[in-house]
Amino acid sequence: MEPWLIITVIVVGVLVLAGIAVYNGLVSKKVETENAWSQIDVQLKRRHDLIPNLVETVKGYAAHEKETLEKVIQARNAAITAHGIAAQAQAENALTSTLKTLFAVAEAYPDLKANQSFLGLQEELTATENRISFARQHYNDVVSQYNAALMRFPANIVANLFGFRQVEFFQLDAAEMAAVRQAPQVKF
Amino acid sequence: MNPTFRDLIAENKRNSALLVLIFCLFTAAVALILALGIVALLDPKAVAQLRWGEALWAGGIAAVLALLFSLLGYYRGDRFILAVSGARRIRHADDPELFNVVEEMAIAAGIPMPEVYQIDDPALNAFATGRDPQHAAVAITTGLRRQLTRDELQGVIAHEISHIRNYDIRLMLLMAVLVGTVVMLSDFFWQIVRSGGGRRTTDSKDEGGSGPFGLIVFLLAVMLALVAPILAQIIQFAVSRQREYLADASAVELTRYPQGLANALRKLQGDTAVLRTANRGIAHLFIANPIKKFQERAESVFASHPPLKDRIARLEALIHSK
Repeated sequence: MEPWLIITVIVVGVLVLAGIAVYNGLVSKKVETENAWSQIDVQLKRRHDLIPNLVETVKGYAAHEKETLEKVIQARNAAITAHGIAAQAQAENALTSTLKTLFAVAEAYPDLKANQSFLGLQEELTATENRISFARQHYNDVVSQYNAALMRFPANIVANLFGFRQVEFFQLDAAEMAAVRQAPQVKF
Repeated sequence: MNPTFRDLIAENKRNSALLVLIFCLFTAAVALILALGIVALLDPKAVAQLRWGEALWAGGIAAVLALLFSLLGYYRGDRFILAVSGARRIRHADDPELFNVVEEMAIAAGIPMPEVYQIDDPALNAFATGRDPQHAAVAITTGLRRQLTRDELQGVIAHEISHIRNYDIRLMLLMAVLVGTVVMLSDFFWQIVRSGGGRRTTDSKDEGGSGPFGLIVFLLAVMLALVAPILAQIIQFAVSRQREYLADASAVELTRYPQGLANALRKLQGDTAVLRTANRGIAHLFIANPIKKFQERAESVFASHPPLKDRIARLEALIHSK
């Protein structure tokens, strides 16, 4: 065999191996963003599951706050059935604000505020709200790593070749942004 | 800040593997010299006749034992540390707020939920241990748990979760094994010296001394038995101090709220209680140095933690830069 042929084969082989390594690295980063996204859904579902209990507990003490409770239930059902990222985000935001109203209303009922299961649910909901925002934060963290990896040389060549695309960040509106920065326990 | 924590994890994994290798070689060397020292002590002629074969055997066996200790520490060390510190595993119902905070931080870091332990002690402290994020635990004293607000608790837990995510726990676990073994080896040597010392003096009278070579080997062994444990601990604490700053920075990355951890550290600063179960072998695992007499000269090489006021100052800088 000609020496130039051997050199060519070696160079091509090394390039292919390097390409495979880069490709696999990008795939695992991509999978990470998908996992992070599904983690947000897990936490959202958790909140949906907590709400019927909360409504029942509040009903026992503040039955004539029917309107507020109705709104919470409606918002929850809307959030469960919402499809698409934008519609879902909107429905979840609406649910968050009805919950805020509910907890504000609860302030007027000392018996309710002293109720152990209400306090427990309040902690669980606060924590779930936090979990949702932390899951979103984590999603944005891994997305920014993935997007940065796509732009870096030589991964950008592999990315172009196999059609890897930039992933969109989860956008928070200004009010939510402020809520994230705030102390979590005064959220409601 | 974001891309660096991956480099940090890779570095920690590399260092962990390297540590085990160096540890085995180091233990073999220490054991070899200590064995020669013991031989020189008990039978000076043997060294003069250069019985390297036996000494090499001792070194080899020590290396294998060191490897076994590393493996044991790697797989069971976290259980041991939790048991030694008197930690008790708790469930969600025991302390929902604590569990929720731990889970929030685990989500933010993108790691599985670690086990949660409680230490019944009024001192203010917390630590994380384990070999990787899939096998990890966080422990907090009841004293600290009671004193912190939710925000501060979040800061402290974020710090511990960072240790887990960054694989600090693995490196620290293996470090604890290293220091423990070296200390044990030198203790073993001293015990033999003490029990064999009497015999040596009578022997040397009869033999007319072991010659300069045996004496040199023996002195070398004595020096090593003195220096090795201290050296091992200095290395351990140097590594540990650096990790603390990194974990503080990572914690802020998770909570995006430096004030929480800064306030918690300020509370730790005011604490004067000494953790009952703490000892120097596990001191480096905690969020703040559990052994208070070291705190006064915390800048010295014997401190497992950087001074709290330095850590608070760095967090304050983050608060004001926002």
